Amino acid sequence: MGFLQQKQEATAALLDGISVPAGAVWITAIRDAAMARVIENGLPHRRDEYWKYTRPDTLTAQDVIPAAPFEHGEAPMFDDIDRLKVVFVDGIFDADQSDDLEGEGLTIECLSDIVNKDIHWAKELYGQLEANGQTPVQRPLAALNTALAEDGIIIRVTGQVSRPISFFYKHEDENSDAILHHVIKLEEGASLTLLENGPAAARFNKVLEVYVADKAAFNHVRAQGRDHERRAATHIFGRLGTESSFKSFTLTVNGVLTRNECVLELTGDDAIAHVAGACVGDGDFHHDDTVFVTHDAVACESRQVFKKVLRNGATGVFQGKILVKPGAQKTDGYQISQSLLLDEDSQFLAKPELEIYADDVACSHGSTSGAIDEDGLFYLRARGVPKDIATDLMTLAFLAEAVEEIENEALADCILTRLEGWLERRRG
Amino acid sequence: MTADARADEENNMLEIKGLKVKLEDEDKQILKGVDLTVGAGKVHAIMGPNGSGKSTLSYVLSGRDGYEVTEGSATLGGEDLLELEAEERAALGLFLAFQYPVEIPGVGNMTFLRTAVNAQRKARGEEEMSAADFLKVIRAKAKTLKIDADMLKRPVNVGFSGGEKKRNEILQMAMLEPKMCILDETDSGLDVDAMKLVSEGVNALRDAGRGFLVITHYQRLLDHIKPDVVHIMADGRIVKTGGPELALEVENNGYADILAEMA
Repeated sequence: MGFLQQKQEATAALLDGISVPAGAVWITAIRDAAMARVIENGLPHRRDEYWKYTRPDTLTAQDVIPAAPFEHGEAPMFDDIDRLKVVFVDGIFDADQSDDLEGEGLTIECLSDIVNKDIHWAKELYGQLEANGQTPVQRPLAALNTALAEDGIIIRVTGQVSRPISFFYKHEDENSDAILHHVIKLEEGASLTLLENGPAAARFNKVLEVYVADKAAFNHVRAQGRDHERRAATHIFGRLGTESSFKSFTLTVNGVLTRNECVLELTGDDAIAHVAGACVGDGDFHHDDTVFVTHDAVACESRQVFKKVLRNGATGVFQGKILVKPGAQKTDGYQISQSLLLDEDSQFLAKPELEIYADDVACSHGSTSGAIDEDGLFYLRARGVPKDIATDLMTLAFLAEAVEEIENEALADCILTRLEGWLERRRG
Repeated sequence: MTADARADEENNMLEIKGLKVKLEDEDKQILKGVDLTVGAGKVHAIMGPNGSGKSTLSYVLSGRDGYEVTEGSATLGGEDLLELEAEERAALGLFLAFQYPVEIPGVGNMTFLRTAVNAQRKARGEEEMSAADFLKVIRAKAKTLKIDADMLKRPVNVGFSGGEKKRNEILQMAMLEPKMCILDETDSGLDVDAMKLVSEGVNALRDAGRGFLVITHYQRLLDHIKPDVVHIMADGRIVKTGGPELALEVENNGYADILAEMA
């Protein structure tokens, strides 16, 4: 029996008795097609090329491994930012804790509402980027999400929205298994900032699809929750039009397993895509960034900047690819992934890939793994800064290139405060 | 001598006796018995050819890892420097102006300096400086060194020119008010104007209590920072000591004559 057949059988067994949720004809067709993709390709297996470094079994198992919510509760985040707050508890939209779903320059709805409408603009878009993002690399957890998600937020942006939208994911039930699917469509010239934070659930499967039309701008800053035992598999799919921009930053502190995939397609000329991440992990922390950027237009720029601080046996993974299609001339692609290993037990596994079919492009990638910079440490100590504080400052210095990808200073400060808190708590 | 001056004399004196140092991981002796005393308020210069051990001396005194002291002692105001961590030496009043100041991205220059000032104060059991007081003091000192507000806000040394980095070192020295300052080739990479500016910064800090050890290859820095005593270092030892005229001799004739004389 071949590997694929084995996976298909295992998947069929796992999904036995699970059917797609009820809804209008269009959503049922989308969900059925997604479920067919899952069954055809099988759920991820550790023998899959892109799951070599991260074991998928706890993400695909029928039963959730319980995860205690963080004992001190999730610290407030983005509280000083004027924002439209959308709250989910264990993966279910909570209208009482959320602001009214309305704002200038946008329409915002719940997935659970639109699935019962016979006609909705999202019917052409929901699950489309996810389906498209299954080649050349399969992402079965995302397809499973499209098939099964019952909640999420659907946003259409028509103007310049100055007030960010903030998704706050609370985790209360230690057995929660949450699936959320968001779709954001930015019309021509529109702009939006999306903030996300919180651990969400014991196990969280999230898909975010973002359509960025010509000259539109999407900014995204996310801080994944601090619950130590939580597991998360998230996917961002983005499609960029001419002169559009997409900028996404993720901070991860704690979490026993995190797999963040980001799949971006630059389909219009002069588009810009920046995706960055900083993570700090301690002990049985496993963090995986898997990024795929496709250049399919002229003179586009993409940046991938990922920094990981790992200690006490933590593991970091980076799988990043830049694909430059034929004709995507003047592509400017940059990719860097670095880890700071604070001891010899921690490890960083990196697989940077470039695949280029155009001849007039500038693409670079670099990946390093190292200990703390001794010159910097000595410099600080020679000024009187004690070793533990000097180590923290050098750690922040290491993460700086990623954090500096956040253009908005107030948002960058929110991220830095959380990082400083993490460092401080470990100083003891 | 006033009572204050006498107290400074005792508190601020740097005394190095028979200091022998090897690399920690290699069987390579770098300092082969250095004797040197820098009194309060005095400026001593150390000149010498490449590889003579000048920078090693500055690193060993300030507590950099990677060296092993095999013999001898180094004290500041009677305290054994060699027993202390780098940060403890700094709090005691030792300052090293680096030949190559290190870039620290993501850490604002001002934040870094305030952390350093207050860490030293805390270590000495003194009250920490408030943000407002700190700001007032640093602005005034930065102004005399022609360091603008932007340079104070930028990450430590990141994107600074050679001259800016060295001025930043002097600013740190001015803020930390050490007893003993070691300047390791502070003139390297500076043009004439920058050297003048840096020297003025150093001269402004000269007083009866504060000692200086100026390490340099060239006499020209000593035109601006006038030394009381000049030492020539070669092959891990101080081989000749004299007045400012010794620096001129080196400038005119190089080290060869002096070294030949010693041989």
